[in-house]
Amino acid sequence: MSIGIVSAAYIVAAILFILSLGGLSNQESAKRAVWYGIAGMAVAVFVTVFGPGVHNLFLILIAIAAGGFAGYVVAGRVQMTEMPQLVAALHSFVGLAAVFIGLNADIMLHDINGVLAANGLDRAGLALLDPTELSVAGGGFFGELTGFGKKLALKDATEIGILKVEVFLGIFIGAVTFTGSVVAFGKLAGKVDGKPKKLPGGHMLNAAALALCLALGLLYLTGSGIWTMVLVTLIAGFIGWHLIMGIGGADMPVVVSMLNSYSGWAAAAIGFTLGNDLLIVTGALVGSSGAILSYIMCKAMNRKFVSVILGGFGGSSGPAMEVEGEQVAIDADGVAQALDDADSVVIIPGYGMAVAQAQQSVSELTRRLRAQGKSVRFAIHPVAGRLPGHMNVLLAEARVPYDIVLEMDEINDDFPETDVAIVIGSNDIVNPAAQDDPNSPIAGMPVLEVWKAKQVFVSKRGQGTGYSGIENPLFFKDNTRMFYGDAKKSLDDLLAKIA
Amino acid sequence: MRIGAPKELHGGEARVAMTPTSAKDLQKLGHDCLIEAGAGLAAGFTDAAYEAAGVTVVPDADTLWREAQIVTKVRPPLPEESARLRDGQTLISMVYPGQNAELLDTAKQAGATVVAMDMVPRISRAQKMDALSSMANIAGYRAVIEAGSNFGRFFTGQVTAAGKVPPARVLVIGAGVAGLAAIGTATSLGAVTLAFDVRPEVAEQIESMGAEFVFLDFEDSQDSSATGGYAAPSSPEFREKQLAKFRELAPDIDIVISTALIPGRDAPVLWTADMVEAMKPGSVIVDLAAERGGNCELTVPEEKIVTDNGVTIVGYTDFPSRMATQSSTLYATNIRHMLADLTPAKDGVIDHDMEDDVIRGATATHGGEITFPPPKPKTAAIAAAPKKEKARELTVEEKRGQEIAAFKKQTKDQVGLLAAGALVMLLIGAVAPASFMSHFIVFALACFVGFQVIWGVSHSLHTPLMAVTNAISGIVILGALLQIGSGNWLVVFLSFIAVLIASINVVGGFLVTRRMLAMFRKS
Repeated sequence: MSIGIVSAAYIVAAILFILSLGGLSNQESAKRAVWYGIAGMAVAVFVTVFGPGVHNLFLILIAIAAGGFAGYVVAGRVQMTEMPQLVAALHSFVGLAAVFIGLNADIMLHDINGVLAANGLDRAGLALLDPTELSVAGGGFFGELTGFGKKLALKDATEIGILKVEVFLGIFIGAVTFTGSVVAFGKLAGKVDGKPKKLPGGHMLNAAALALCLALGLLYLTGSGIWTMVLVTLIAGFIGWHLIMGIGGADMPVVVSMLNSYSGWAAAAIGFTLGNDLLIVTGALVGSSGAILSYIMCKAMNRKFVSVILGGFGGSSGPAMEVEGEQVAIDADGVAQALDDADSVVIIPGYGMAVAQAQQSVSELTRRLRAQGKSVRFAIHPVAGRLPGHMNVLLAEARVPYDIVLEMDEINDDFPETDVAIVIGSNDIVNPAAQDDPNSPIAGMPVLEVWKAKQVFVSKRGQGTGYSGIENPLFFKDNTRMFYGDAKKSLDDLLAKIA
Repeated sequence: MRIGAPKELHGGEARVAMTPTSAKDLQKLGHDCLIEAGAGLAAGFTDAAYEAAGVTVVPDADTLWREAQIVTKVRPPLPEESARLRDGQTLISMVYPGQNAELLDTAKQAGATVVAMDMVPRISRAQKMDALSSMANIAGYRAVIEAGSNFGRFFTGQVTAAGKVPPARVLVIGAGVAGLAAIGTATSLGAVTLAFDVRPEVAEQIESMGAEFVFLDFEDSQDSSATGGYAAPSSPEFREKQLAKFRELAPDIDIVISTALIPGRDAPVLWTADMVEAMKPGSVIVDLAAERGGNCELTVPEEKIVTDNGVTIVGYTDFPSRMATQSSTLYATNIRHMLADLTPAKDGVIDHDMEDDVIRGATATHGGEITFPPPKPKTAAIAAAPKKEKARELTVEEKRGQEIAAFKKQTKDQVGLLAAGALVMLLIGAVAPASFMSHFIVFALACFVGFQVIWGVSHSLHTPLMAVTNAISGIVILGALLQIGSGNWLVVFLSFIAVLIASINVVGGFLVTRRMLAMFRKS
């Protein structure tokens, strides 16, 4: 296949990718959109494999077959509650691949330089030759080069300099993404303690590591060998690990979307290194997608991106407001009674629902209440769960129709007319202190105003403040009743009492 | 301590300040209980029942007043009773100290302590001893029952074989404790209930009880938090508007229950003679404010009258006493709670703590001094409603001005951003070779397209979005594919791994996205 056909196919693939992302604007077109993405990827891989300058076809097929099979198995087995881990794990692969490709680029550059020197050629001389002369130059070695190798051989000094910067960026971002995603995976899968942890020195340590990386990058630019890049890989890996260790709990949605963004930028950097426009386009699409998601998540928590990344809650300017009153418990009978009398019900799911795997019970409750002619809706806060849109996916899995699942802005005004609000495993996103208490660490964060409903039931494992450690005055309100216990068990008890 | 309850002397008073149940609880506090023979009979408690509860029955009032160190009563003591007060004795009763100056004098002279159950401050902690509320609750209930027995029709609307009966329309004036109890009773009997109050913040309570709030559009509405939850006198303009509203309602109302009282004043006249005249024959007015002159102009306290146009006006002042068993039970419990606060150690020893907001507030005389009126309690009864700041209506010009300013700022920001971006591009372009710039253009455009496209993605599809971007970021596989043909074994090896893991990404990402999207369904 000629270069021209490959380029044309890349354009097609790029457009298919854009359509694929744009199609996610609603649930119906999304089902088509994923096929656009698959088609785009198939086109891109096919023309690359069979394009000019690609050898070792056999190895490629083995790798793709093995990788594809592994992907198939994982995607088929994963539970919807495990989506955050899966997404994090997949990010780490992109990061790792980017590191390898970056290292390869340097090794190949080194090899080509060696070959050129051995054949008594210099780059300036090579660049002057026309293509037919090229293939005979240097005793035909040129014809043996991969497509990328040819590009490397034809670069002039400035271009080599830029190439090195790109390699550095690709490796650095890739390594941060890799270790960061591995830690995020560990935290989300519960294999690593979810609490924020930092080594002594905190962010100064990160800053020092970053400075060291930059210094090594400069050394590399001025001609030091590949050892600098290997060191950068290790140090950047440390930064990724340390950075994500310092963030936890409710900030995880930001972390995951940030890593998503990084994996895109890493791909784009690799695209520059290889001079491959499709990689650049796709990397930029993914990178901006992740950046926007991070922005949306931060906005939903009313926090600055930087303060999320630097970890920990900040900005508390005084003692928190005293919470008066007491938490009043209620049993399944009481909740069933209230639901029986209610006409409109709003359910607010949170991470606790995912942990307890209660989405099926929630769905069954919804089905029964709707069968009785009651209005049942769901209110989803943008940062509910550990992944942007996490709750939507869980509810969809449990066959809750998506048109009764509403966003915060769509439903917040309806709470005063709601008879019963059921909070299942969420805490900070329904905390009235965000509005009432200027000293609260979450002051100003947009929250679901559940307390305006006539009655609020909170399903919660026990008394306690949750991840952020912020007292929630909602639990002490007169119209709030605490429905203690594991969310799934509580809901199953409740289901037994509702016909 | 010995606690005694005499028989009430006030004519027609059937209540008693101690019941066998409350006596048992008082004994648990370490006190002994006395009762005058026959004191509980009118309320349905026999002397035998008291004896069974461990109460000593004494034959007459003299003995009781002499023996008891604490006397509990319902009505304020009559002069012959207050004359029996002695040094160190405590009297717990309704006192109305504002109107009963002589009683306070007598008690002061005698050196007795008087605790006025009607002066218990209205704070959450003291609700259990708030006798006014428990009596008002009964009065409100009884008022509706009284109205029903004088009203010739059903409360609830019915469609029977013998014809259709419209529901009774009840108007409750004043939504204090009595008013709310009346609303609850009337609605549960099936009447269409309207309710009025000068304090707009009770509208919610009225509606929660099932009545319709009669809304009076008036700017200068009251905030009752300043007066401890009670109503205050209203301005003449407000009153006029209120009367006009009632006049408009009167012809359609079957039953009026009026409960409007202002602390320390005569009851305001809210239901004038012409309104009574406008009502249908057979209608009933129950005036719970009769003792203080009545809310209805024609009310005769303590009596039931029928006007010329056939409207019955009930002016009884003893509604709680008409349900003596119930009201004695509640009142005795209020007294018991008061004594529990006065006996913190539960050892039968009274500790009259004048630092305590509740006890201080209720005490009218103590230690040979008149301690009424009490100072303001340390805890505010009801949190003041935050003054609502009305957003100033913007004029059209101001709005336009704001819009233009916002537009200008946006334009400025955007132009600034573009200029800065262009400058950066120029700087890069100045040093970078052409081959780099061509890729850079692609990169910048792709970022731009990405930003435009992603904003349109629905919130609920953010997880599928992440999965799909994950899959397509597997495009790094291309990089590895381009390198795998190299002659260097290390490069081949690394590329092989890269192709492998990138394929996991591609296949896994797309499949899981497809799985997720297939789950989204419409109802």
